[in-house]
Amino acid sequence: MIELRNVSKEFVLHNQDSAVIPVMQGAELQVHPGECVALTGNSGAGKSTLMRMVYGNYLADDGAIVVDGVDLVQAEPRAILSLRRQSLGYVSQFLRVVPRVPTLEVVAEPLLRLRVERDAAIARAEELLMLLNLPQRLWSLSPITFSGGEQQRVNIARGFAHSYPALLLDEPTASLDPLNRAVVLSLIEAAKARGAAILGIFHDAEARAQVCDRSIDVSQFTPRAA
Amino acid sequence: MKDMAPDTGVLLSVRGLSKFYGPRIGCKDVSFDLYPGEVMGIVGESGSGKSTLLNCLAGHLPTDHGEVLFSGRDGGLRDTLQMSEPERRMLGRTDWAFVHQHARDGLRMNVSAGGNVGERQMAVGARHYGAIRDSAIDWLGRVEIAEDRIDDRPTAFSGGMQQRLQIARNLITGPRLVFMDEPTGGLDVSVQARLLDLLRGLVREMGLSAVIVTHDLAVVRLLADRLMVMKDGHVVETGLTDQVLDDPQHGYTQLLVSSVLQV
Ligand SMILES: Nc1ncnc2c1ncn2[C@@H]1O[C@H](COP(=O)(O)OP(=O)(O)OP(=O)(O)O)[C@@H](O)[C@H]1O
Ligand SMILES: Nc1ncnc2c1ncn2[C@@H]1O[C@H](COP(=O)(O)OP(=O)(O)OP(=O)(O)O)[C@@H](O)[C@H]1O
Ligand SMILES: [Mg+2]
Ligand SMILES: [Mg+2]
Repeated sequence: MIELRNVSKEFVLHNQDSAVIPVMQGAELQVHPGECVALTGNSGAGKSTLMRMVYGNYLADDGAIVVDGVDLVQAEPRAILSLRRQSLGYVSQFLRVVPRVPTLEVVAEPLLRLRVERDAAIARAEELLMLLNLPQRLWSLSPITFSGGEQQRVNIARGFAHSYPALLLDEPTASLDPLNRAVVLSLIEAAKARGAAILGIFHDAEARAQVCDRSIDVSQFTPRAA
Repeated sequence: MKDMAPDTGVLLSVRGLSKFYGPRIGCKDVSFDLYPGEVMGIVGESGSGKSTLLNCLAGHLPTDHGEVLFSGRDGGLRDTLQMSEPERRMLGRTDWAFVHQHARDGLRMNVSAGGNVGERQMAVGARHYGAIRDSAIDWLGRVEIAEDRIDDRPTAFSGGMQQRLQIARNLITGPRLVFMDEPTGGLDVSVQARLLDLLRGLVREMGLSAVIVTHDLAVVRLLADRLMVMKDGHVVETGLTDQVLDDPQHGYTQLLVSSVLQV
């Protein structure tokens, strides 16, 4: 469902003496349906960079990144947008929303964009927010003023609203209390059970051990200094 | 689950569009495709040619080179630059809409709010007074203008209200493509947020396509699927909005992105 072949990436900082920062070379990995794979490696090893490339948020310089049959390295923006709508979900570390939009709408939006009936979309959003113990009085408010943990739960609810066949999770349990952490892990288990292919970054080793089937150390793809 | 968006052919296809002001470049060799339901943002510093490009696309400025192909309701692509003036004007009232930066450029300031939106409907053939007024009230409601303001003139409205009225006037006829030049420029941040929320909702509900010019990267981050970066009349970079903002490839885009605090 998610496959990387010989992926490389460098950053060129044009306004800083055109400094070239090679961050990845020859990256290979596969995530099959029903599997959760963890990306590991030291800070700066390139975990987030790899995940962002899989989402099409960073460009890869070389290789192939195939998700649900679409090669993100070659695809037109339009194909990537459609892939993101239907097949590829991403729970980023931080929530980014349009001001003034109520939490319920934020969570239901991925479904509404897929033209799911409004009632069904809102019902699913309510179900997830309930599960993640977000107080009901917050549902009609914009999440912009929420605490870090509350925003993170909104972000997770939004990421799990639609049953994406491929899902990317960047630190989904960070800044959560034990109770909600357990809820998130059970959501991940449920997504695996329905056949989702999941790629995750977890600094929380216990969480990783609980939901991930294997780990890939990203530092093996770090280019050696010339 | 299937994506139900009517994802057919291209809606707008721009090929090698150039515009010169005498020896000076307005915009040069611009090409892109826009599909139904897509929102494209155009960013760049002041004087980079954003408004020039938008006005050429909309047929408000004569173009020196290139084609602006638009897919009509019959499905065929036609070069709008070759259309007769009446044909293009009709397009501007039906399938196209243009939201100006300054609401007063897009409104009739001496006509009531209801008249401003009703006039548009009559221009496309609506005749029944009651129906026109009902739909005017409906649209004023959608842009959050209270029904009891329907007989007020735009001069009595705040800047944000004028902008919302302009949007209602433009969208009431159900266009398929909207051009916007700095639609949130000059408004307070809180008013901007409201307008953004409104625009996003309308784009989604109506399946609109839009080309939005702005210098505000936060605005395009929230509204645009795709981004085009202009400098000195040239397009220097294009791509998915979040990709261009988070992993800019061109030195100028890197400068643009790193000059703002956080987007
Ligand atoms: N947009 C960018 N522009 C320039 N360099 C970047 C960019 N994003 C990441 N990098 C660099 O790429 C390298 C890998 O960073 P990345 O964020 O992927 O690491 P990580 O493994 O996720 O680390 P952490 O565990 O700290 O989150 C770092 O040297 C980082 O500075
Ligand atoms: N009518 C005109 N005659 C001559 N030059 C013009 C005319 N209109 C614009 N220009 C020039 O063309 C260039 C592009 O202008 P344009 O208005 O398209 O920029 P812009 O990107 O919209 O800028 P801003 O962000 O300030 O609105 C500028 O150098 C401008 O001075
Ligand atoms: Mg990281
Ligand atoms: Mg301008």
